[in-house]
Amino acid sequence: MKSLKELEEIRNKALCQIDLRKKGEGIRIVVGMATCGIAAGARPVLSALVEEVSRRKLSNVTVSQTGCIGACRLEPIVEVYSPSSEKVTYVKVSPQMAGRIVAEHIVNGNPVTEFTIGYHEQQQQGR
Amino acid sequence: MDIFRSHVLVCGGTGCTSSESPKIIESFNEELTKAGLEKEVKVVKTGCFGLCEAGPIVIVYPEGSFYSRVKPSDVPEIVNEHLLKGRLVSRLLYKADAQGIETSIENIDFYKKQKRIALKNCGVIDPEKIEEYIALDGYKALGLCLTEYKPQQVIDIIKESGLRGRGGGGFPTGLKWQFCGDEANEQKYVVCNADEGDPGAFMDRSVLEGDPHAVLEAMAIAGYAIGANMGYLYVRAEYPIAVKRMEIAIAQAHELGLLGKGLFGSGFDFNVEIRLGAGAFVCGEEMALIASIEGRRGEPRSKPPFPAQKGLFGKPTIINNVETFANIPQIILNGPAWFASMGTEKSKGTKVFALGGKINNTGLVEIPMGTTLREIIFDIGGGIPEGKKFKAAQTGGPSGGCIPASHLDTHIDYDSLTAIGSMMGSGGLIVMDEDNCMVDVARYFLDFTVDESCGQCSPCRIGTKRMLEILERIVSGQGEEGDIEKLERLAVNIKGSSLCGLGKTAPNPVLSTLKYFRDEYEAHIRDKKCPAGHCKALLSYMIDKKMCVGCGVCAKVCPTNAISGKIKEPFEIDQSKCIKCGVCMSKCKFGAIEKK
Repeated sequence: MKSLKELEEIRNKALCQIDLRKKGEGIRIVVGMATCGIAAGARPVLSALVEEVSRRKLSNVTVSQTGCIGACRLEPIVEVYSPSSEKVTYVKVSPQMAGRIVAEHIVNGNPVTEFTIGYHEQQQQGR
Repeated sequence: MDIFRSHVLVCGGTGCTSSESPKIIESFNEELTKAGLEKEVKVVKTGCFGLCEAGPIVIVYPEGSFYSRVKPSDVPEIVNEHLLKGRLVSRLLYKADAQGIETSIENIDFYKKQKRIALKNCGVIDPEKIEEYIALDGYKALGLCLTEYKPQQVIDIIKESGLRGRGGGGFPTGLKWQFCGDEANEQKYVVCNADEGDPGAFMDRSVLEGDPHAVLEAMAIAGYAIGANMGYLYVRAEYPIAVKRMEIAIAQAHELGLLGKGLFGSGFDFNVEIRLGAGAFVCGEEMALIASIEGRRGEPRSKPPFPAQKGLFGKPTIINNVETFANIPQIILNGPAWFASMGTEKSKGTKVFALGGKINNTGLVEIPMGTTLREIIFDIGGGIPEGKKFKAAQTGGPSGGCIPASHLDTHIDYDSLTAIGSMMGSGGLIVMDEDNCMVDVARYFLDFTVDESCGQCSPCRIGTKRMLEILERIVSGQGEEGDIEKLERLAVNIKGSSLCGLGKTAPNPVLSTLKYFRDEYEAHIRDKKCPAGHCKALLSYMIDKKMCVGCGVCAKVCPTNAISGKIKEPFEIDQSKCIKCGVCMSKCKFGAIEKK
């Protein structure tokens, strides 16, 4: 060990391994993983989210599961809780959509409106 | 580097290890692979979480779900329900009381009132991975000291923080470092005292097992401050997990250049070696410890000269306890004012206690100095099991004293405990309820010190033995008038004339029980009764003729056939045959048998 900077480098590399265990103010991505969710394909969505978060080395973001929220017809459902804004609920999420959610919502802070439950309901009514 | 969406933390402390936590870890790995989750979920073996009573403990992050008393056979359910489907396994969640189920570790009463500094990383990181320690600012304090502070500045920081020795004596740590730093000598030593010997104490073991690098880092900081390049960790051989993790930690630190030559580009070298003790209590005394490291018989010598002047191999040496060291990196990182803001006027920071005896939440807690005994025992410890009444708590193990119910509101710090006739000690806290006989408690601790006395000086070797003989007489019903006075005289003389701390404090359990429970001694001696109903020689089991229905169960279970009678008529106990095992009383469904 030659300098504090060198230590800092090891620290930064190791930090993402342990971040999960700090109770964060960070963003939580929750995937509905009850029977309905799993049957609708929530598992690959979850994997895609985890992969995308780790590929982008996002700290302060956790991906976790939850049970059935009741809107089984809209599964797979992904909800994003962030401390600075309201909860956003995405419905009928596919692995491809998961990638966009991470990129646009989590990284850039712009919820993907056309994936949200509100947009979906509007479309249904309009038809 | 792989990112996992969930971490499963399994306690790998000594307590949980003995209740099969290694099998739990194995089972998790198998089940996760079966479910195809091995790339999503990471299993981590950590140090002690503290709530040993509820072990083995498994915590699942990011939710922080707290599963208690987990068996290897429960693992498939946790994997399939929680990790695969996201449904908590509520039957395994820790229950604080009959109704309440706590899902998250932060909400549990046991942790709410605690303030964790020395135990900061215990139960959070994998102690066998240096990266996890570094991730939580590990070795940053050492780096800061070596690159930005002069040795004297480091000593000043420790002095300013008000940190006092956590091994029991409470000597100001900064002052100790100053004395040693002031000595002009080419060779000096840093020694970490991990010879934890009090019955019921396991604070140091848990720190070594849960956060070994914190101790290494602090030893290196101490080495830099006083000008030593060599450290010894003296740990007892009966702590195999702690020893193994320290060995791993030392090897990893060498690999990353955090021990060895020219640390952080400075000219400072530091190495640490482990020395195993054979488990003699007296080797926790610093001079005996030094003798033991040097390869001699573990016997103390008189002071001065103090170790700071003439210690290990005749060179200036500082000896600090494990918990003292565990505080050091945090003090450097957060500043002395932060540390001094916690605690009471003369006792700063926090103290770790090992809760044991008649208490619901047996385990390890860290509280700010100044917390009352009532808060520790009732709020954090969860009170006394089976609704029994609190009688006393013993702090300081065999060197300390008992604290009765009337002093429950004492604020815990070095000075207030000494003032009420006990001492802080290293942190063992043994709780006693109404069924404990205080004379027998004193006898138990004295039995321990008689065993552990090294035999070098006569007050300790002969004096404690005589005291024990008197106590044994009293609890067996042979006590005589004048015994109490004899005990008191012996106690004062032994305290005044023993060579080392072991002898000087050995009479404390007797003196403090005499101070608060003199009536129990008198009852044993004069009335030949044990008020707590504990001393077998002084009690007899009787059958209440009115309550007895004559079922005969007691006669059947009696191992010595001391009970006889006709069915449907009251039975009787032959006192000459009764061995007072109490089986009859526990089997009687009608509460007809009583202890007197």
